[in-house]
Amino acid sequence: MSAYPHGPPDSQEPLDILENPPGSRGPQVGADEWVARQAGRREYLPSWLGTTQRQFERIGFWPKLAIVGLAAAVLPAVGLGGFQLQVGIDTLVIVLLALGLNIVVGWAGQLDLGYVAFFGFGAYAFALLSSAQIGAHGIHLPAYLSVPLVLIGAAALGLLVGWPSRRLVGDYLAIVTLFFGEAFVEFTNNVAPSVLGGPNGITGIDPIRGFGLQLNSNTGYYYLLVILVVLTMAVLRRLDTSRTGRAWRAVREDPLAAESMTIPVNRVKLMAFAFGAVVAALAGTVFAAQQISVFPTDFDTPVLILIYAALVLGGAGSIAGAATGALVVMIIYDGLLRNGNYAGYLFYGLILLTLLVKLRPWRRLAAVLAATAALGFAAHAVARAISASAVAGGPHSTGWVGAALRDWVIVPANAQTAGNWGYVLLVCLLIALVQVSSRWRTILLPPTLCLASFVWETKLSVEPAITRQLLIGAILIVMMNARPYGLLGTRRVETPI
Amino acid sequence: MSTDEQPGQAGNPPPGQHGPGADGEPQAAILSLDQLSLSFGGLRAISQLDLQVDDREIVSVIGPNGAGKTTVFNVITGVYQPSSGDVRFAGRSIVGQPPHRIARLGIARTFQSLRLFLNMSVLENVMAATYGGTRATPAESILRLPRATREEREVRALAEEILSFFGQRLAGYRWDQPAYSLSYANRRRLEIARALATRPRLLLLDEPAAGMNPVETHEVTELVGRLRDERGVAILIIEHDMHVVAGVSDRVVALDHGIKIAEGGFDAVAGHPAVIEAYLGRHPEDLAEAN
Repeated sequence: MSAYPHGPPDSQEPLDILENPPGSRGPQVGADEWVARQAGRREYLPSWLGTTQRQFERIGFWPKLAIVGLAAAVLPAVGLGGFQLQVGIDTLVIVLLALGLNIVVGWAGQLDLGYVAFFGFGAYAFALLSSAQIGAHGIHLPAYLSVPLVLIGAAALGLLVGWPSRRLVGDYLAIVTLFFGEAFVEFTNNVAPSVLGGPNGITGIDPIRGFGLQLNSNTGYYYLLVILVVLTMAVLRRLDTSRTGRAWRAVREDPLAAESMTIPVNRVKLMAFAFGAVVAALAGTVFAAQQISVFPTDFDTPVLILIYAALVLGGAGSIAGAATGALVVMIIYDGLLRNGNYAGYLFYGLILLTLLVKLRPWRRLAAVLAATAALGFAAHAVARAISASAVAGGPHSTGWVGAALRDWVIVPANAQTAGNWGYVLLVCLLIALVQVSSRWRTILLPPTLCLASFVWETKLSVEPAITRQLLIGAILIVMMNARPYGLLGTRRVETPI
Repeated sequence: MSTDEQPGQAGNPPPGQHGPGADGEPQAAILSLDQLSLSFGGLRAISQLDLQVDDREIVSVIGPNGAGKTTVFNVITGVYQPSSGDVRFAGRSIVGQPPHRIARLGIARTFQSLRLFLNMSVLENVMAATYGGTRATPAESILRLPRATREEREVRALAEEILSFFGQRLAGYRWDQPAYSLSYANRRRLEIARALATRPRLLLLDEPAAGMNPVETHEVTELVGRLRDERGVAILIIEHDMHVVAGVSDRVVALDHGIKIAEGGFDAVAGHPAVIEAYLGRHPEDLAEAN
C-alpha cells in the first residue's frame, strides 16, 4: 500500500516557493547555509575590524604559529629584559599550563580542579631529581634523563587520579579533583620534611643542563619556554585534528552518544587526564629549574584560579585561545600590577576607554568629564580649607599621573582607614549606578569617578596583591558578558541532556 | 517492499518459534532477543520479549507512548543490562558488553531526542564515529606516521561518501559548518550518517521521522529503503508515523507495557484487536460485554 494515496509529494515543489528571485545570489532565506551565514556575520566585529578579523582567520594555523613563535623569539632582542623578561617567563609557564588544561577542560570537558597538582608534581619531582635533597650527595640527573622521568611519572599520576574519577561527571568530578589538588599542597607541607622541606620547600635546584650545556640566564629560559610552547601547540594541533581529538570533543559534547558511536568514553577521558598532566608537569620542571626553588604555596589554589581565568578568558577548546588568554591575564596580573605606575595607567585608561565607548552623545561625555574634573578640584579646595591634614597624603601614583592628580584627588594623612570606607561607599555607588535611570546615572557618574580615583590612590594601588585579583575578576565579568565563549573561542551551544 | 507474511501469523507466535526465520531451518537472524526482560524496581519495562531481525530486513516496532520501545533499543545497545533473557547478535550473546564494544560489533543507533555532537562540524560528527574502526595511537597521530595518515585519509573519504549518500540535503558546503547550524530535519539525517560511519550491520532508528513535515517524512521513507538496498544493513525502526511504518516495514512488531502484543505484516498488525485496544482503549460495548 502507498503511504500517500494521491501519489508522493514532489520534494522539489514546496521548496521552490521559498527560492530567491532569479538573479539574486546566495542561499534561500531560512535554509541552513543562510542561518549559518547570519550567525557567522554576528560572530565578527563591525566594519573594518571584522574584515581584518576575517583576513586573519584565513591564515592557516601553521603560518600563524610560526609568526607568533618568531615574534616571541625576537622580543628579548628588541629590549625585553630584567623585570619584563621575568614576566615573559612567568607568562609562558602559564601559557603551557593553560594549553594542558585546555586538553582536559576545553576538549574532553572534564572539570578538573586538581590540575595544579600536576604542575606541582612536575616541579617537585624535577627538584628531587636535580638537587641535594635525596641521599648524601643528592641526585643530580641531567635534564635529558630527569625531564622524561618526570613526564612519565606525571602521566602515571594522571591515570591514577583519573582512574577513580573516570565515572564521575560535573560537580562530583570537580569536588574530587579539588580534593586531590588540596591534598598535594598538604602533602608537600607536612610529609617527610627532611626530603620535601615542608613549608620551606626545596632550594638549590640545578638549572636545566645536559650534553655539556647549561641554562644559566633568564634569556635562556625564555627561549627554552618559547620553543616548548611552540612545540606543545604543534603537538596539540595534530592531536586535535586526529581521531583522539575528535573523540575527546565527542565525549565533551555527549558522552552517551560518543559511547554509542564506538568511542570508549572512560579510556578517552583517562587519556585526556594523562596528556594534561604531562603538559602541566613539563611546565613544572622548567618553573622549578628557573626559580631554583619550589614551595608548596607555588601550587596552591590561586595559581589554579589563574590558569582557569586564562583558559576561560581566551576561550576553552581553542589552542590559540588558551595561549592568548594566558598572555592577557599574565600581562595584567604580573606585568602591569607589580609596577604601580603601569597599574595606574591601566586603571585610568580602562575607565576613560569605558566612558568613551559607553557615553553617548559626546556632549554628555564632555559634561561628565568636565563635571568630574570640577568636582575633584572643588572638593580638594574645600577639604584643604577645612583642614590641611585632610589632603596631606598625596596620591600614591607617581610620575605625570601623580602630578596631575595632586590637586584633584583628596588623600588624607591616615589614608588606610579612609580608603576602606571609600571602598565600601564605592561598591554601594556602583551598585546604585547600574540600578538607576539614565539621567540619574549621568548625575551620579562624576562623584563615582572621583571616589574611584580616591579609592585607587588610597587603597587599591597600595595593595596590588588584592587589587589584581579584583581587576582580573572585573575583566572576566565584563568579558563573559561581551563574549561568553572567550576571546578566541568559537561560539558554543549547550547540548541538551 | 511488500509484506509476504500471512495475516494469520500476526499475534504472539508460540514459544520457541519467532517470526519468519523459524521455519525449521537454522535461523539467518542477525539479531535475536530471547525471552528478554527488564525491570526497574517493581516496574516491568520489558517482559519476556522475543524478537528477531534477519539480515537486510526492516522491522518496525510500534506501540503507544511508554510501551518500552526505546528501552528495547537501550538494552540492545548495552545502555541497560537486561534482568533476564539474552540478546544475540550474529550468533553471539552481547549481554554485558559495554555500549562502545556493541557498536563496534556492528549495531549502530540514532536517538529519539537528537544527540549530535553539536559544537563539532558536520564532517567531524561523522568522522568521530569511526574511532572504533581505526587504530592509530596518539603518538602516531602526532608524528603523522603512515598508519595515522592512511587512516585519516580513509576516514575522511568514508565520511564524505556517507554524507554524499544524503544527496543535496547534506551537500558539501555544509560539511565544515558546526552541527548546531543544521535544521532539525538535517540533524536527523546527520544522526543517521553518523551511525553509518560505524559500519553497522544493524541500524536502530529511533523515530527518524519525528517532527518532520510530510515532504521530509516521505524522504525518510525512501531513505530507509535505500539504506537497506544500497548499504545492505538490517534495520530495526521505532516509528509513530504509520505512513512510514507502512511504507518501509517487512514486518511490524507491536509492544504495549513491554509485552509483544502482535507481530506480522503491517495490515495484519494494524488491524489486530490487541493493537487497536492498546492505542484506543476498549470499545464501551466490549467493556459492557466483558462485565
